[in-house]
Amino acid sequence: MNAQLQPTGSAYFIAKETEKPENHTLSVLVDNEPGVLARVIGLFSGRGYNIESLTVSETEHEKHLSRITIVTRGTPHVLEQIKHQLERIVPVHRVVDLTVRSHEFGQERPLERELALVKVAGTGEARVEALRLADAFRASVIDANTEHFIFEITGKGSKLDQFIAIMKPLGLVEICRTGVAALNRGPQGM
Amino acid sequence: MSNGQSERREMTGAEMVVQALKDNGVKHVFGYPGGAVLPIYDEIFQQDEVEHILVRHEQGAGHAAEGYARSTGKAGVLLVTSGPGATNAVTPLQDALMDSIPLVCLTGQVPTSLIGSDAFQECDTVGITRPCTKHNWLVKDVNELAATIHEAFHVATTGRPGPVVVDIPKDVQFAKGIYVPPQTAPRTSYQPKVQGDLDKIKAAVDLMASAKKPIIYSGGGVINSGPEASHLLRELVDLTGFPITSTLMGLGAYPASGKNWMGMLGMHGTYEANMAMHDCDVMICIGARFDDRITGRLTAFSPNSKKIHIDIDPSSINKNVHTDVPIIGDVGRVLEDMVRLWRASAKADKKALYPWWEQIAKWRARDSLAYKMNNDVIMPQYAIQRLYALTKDMDTYITTEVGQHQMWAAQHYHFEKPNRWMTSGGLGTMGYGLPAALGVQIAHPDALVIDIAGDASVQMTMQEMSAAVQHDAPIKIFILNNQYMGMVRQWQQLLHGNRLSHSYTEAMPDFVKLADAYGGHGIRCEKPDELDDAIKEMISVKKPVLFDCRVATLANCFPMIPSGKAHNEMLLPDEATDEAVANAIDAKGRELV
Repeated sequence: MNAQLQPTGSAYFIAKETEKPENHTLSVLVDNEPGVLARVIGLFSGRGYNIESLTVSETEHEKHLSRITIVTRGTPHVLEQIKHQLERIVPVHRVVDLTVRSHEFGQERPLERELALVKVAGTGEARVEALRLADAFRASVIDANTEHFIFEITGKGSKLDQFIAIMKPLGLVEICRTGVAALNRGPQGM
Repeated sequence: MSNGQSERREMTGAEMVVQALKDNGVKHVFGYPGGAVLPIYDEIFQQDEVEHILVRHEQGAGHAAEGYARSTGKAGVLLVTSGPGATNAVTPLQDALMDSIPLVCLTGQVPTSLIGSDAFQECDTVGITRPCTKHNWLVKDVNELAATIHEAFHVATTGRPGPVVVDIPKDVQFAKGIYVPPQTAPRTSYQPKVQGDLDKIKAAVDLMASAKKPIIYSGGGVINSGPEASHLLRELVDLTGFPITSTLMGLGAYPASGKNWMGMLGMHGTYEANMAMHDCDVMICIGARFDDRITGRLTAFSPNSKKIHIDIDPSSINKNVHTDVPIIGDVGRVLEDMVRLWRASAKADKKALYPWWEQIAKWRARDSLAYKMNNDVIMPQYAIQRLYALTKDMDTYITTEVGQHQMWAAQHYHFEKPNRWMTSGGLGTMGYGLPAALGVQIAHPDALVIDIAGDASVQMTMQEMSAAVQHDAPIKIFILNNQYMGMVRQWQQLLHGNRLSHSYTEAMPDFVKLADAYGGHGIRCEKPDELDDAIKEMISVKKPVLFDCRVATLANCFPMIPSGKAHNEMLLPDEATDEAVANAIDAKGRELV
């Protein structure tokens, strides 16, 4: 009874997806004005696109430009649509698919980094172990008393995932992650 | 720009609004006053350059502005108050977005200090209208108001046209600031590409020159691009000798009397147009977007053709259908290059197309728009044909509502010129046609403006009859009255075992009395042999008319590509027995209509 997966055929025809979804990282340069983030997010929710990670901050203050970094997941066809749909938004200056660009440069993926603040509470052996592991991950202690640490760690998402998983049994209290910041390697800008 | 633009000078926000309208060449504004726009209304009262058309509901203002825009090529402007005024405008905004109609909607807003406090008649207008506009603005500083309105006109009318909203808090309308005239330098992030890539156009011309079974499929983008684009389209068709079909939105860009015209394509398009789309080897899509009503089942859509797609919106390319030669640019500009390149390089060997035209002639002979004439009851198709015959030589504009009557109008009313056909294509808004006719009539006071309506749709915005009477707009509302929501019923017959759930209107108003009540003129016609005289009466009356044309109640709209089928699997009228209708869509197709 897999009727949903059959090509049902209709005036609202939904084609069976044969392409595989991929994760791509997009850089979107926008005018930093009220509502611009809502426009971008509204586009994703309204058209049913995924957001895996979203980072936004003003990057060029004098020009009032912000850079939004979005990690999204979709088939190549959907990813192309996302790019074009983003470009339609009036305050959007440029959209670059960093993942596609990195492939053009012969690289597997763009440079992607994330920062996490990780609060771990505990005493005794667990506390010592947490500190030792943090050191191995090059996480730095930015706040501590005798009963807790807050670690700051940067790196690829997978590294942060791993660090957080390790901290779980050692008294992990809470985590804050920034989402992905990304650039392409090499001298060229977006 | 018209009559002497204003200089930079100090004025109130409300004055700026009116000045900006003047500076952007606006002659008419459709609107409805309310608390949050009173300062602007006070300014409108004190001048007579911009004429205000008072409607009865903000949705009416929106559709009227759409009709105005569609029939003139200029932006339509509406002015509404905050809260319910703005939310009532949402339907026409979305309608305009989907049909690429330039609208500038000015909304009042509660004073900036009250925004977010759930004030009386407050709503998050920019939030609500963000997904149904091309762009929108909340203006919090009076010194930015003029520039914002100018930008709004620029965004609405350039690139792929669309609706915009400028939300103006009441304190900004009172505040004094510096007015700036329209600027030529728009913001840097918004720069629609109008000129097509010459290499791509060259590739398209080469592909077209090699075609044995070509077809041109044109859409509303040709009309949006302006009269010159329609002219160039005709020239291209003449030069190439290619057959041409059009979407619902594109009717009139190529004349229906043209010898290469195949009629509309799509779900209720002609057999020849759809078969030619299916069997062609080169498809030239000009300013259309491969909508689902056009393509039918995507996997079976024109399987053996190379596709050329001209569109100003890059997101339309490859959205639904893969394109071999995408050309991004304004249709008019691209056609100009295309015609020039074709003249320069392509040999006009129209003989090579003879077999294709012979095949098309066979399909045409199928006479897919035929229907059984009846001497006792008016067939809806007959009503449209008579309406066409009696009005075609006049300066006529046609609007429609949405449903069977709309498709019959598209099939049986024939358009020779662009901008003469106003219909809600993308959103399918019942209630569009009557206010749209009002807008068209305001723009063209001496023309014959007819809303071909259904009895259900027309009741959704009937109140605008009152506006038409007030503004001496002698619109003709030609109602094909079958007492059903005909298209809903047709689909219930196709999909839901003929269980006609709530698609029959048991209590129908007396449209003749209703017309009288509004101060218009009512006509009822029930017999085919009385129809011509009744239509002539309608034309001769110099006030708004409600024409209650009683048509065969159970007629259905054919031909039709049933849900889930391909272009070459059309249901033709002579094959549409009750049994065929009941079995036209299989269980799988039913899930997704």
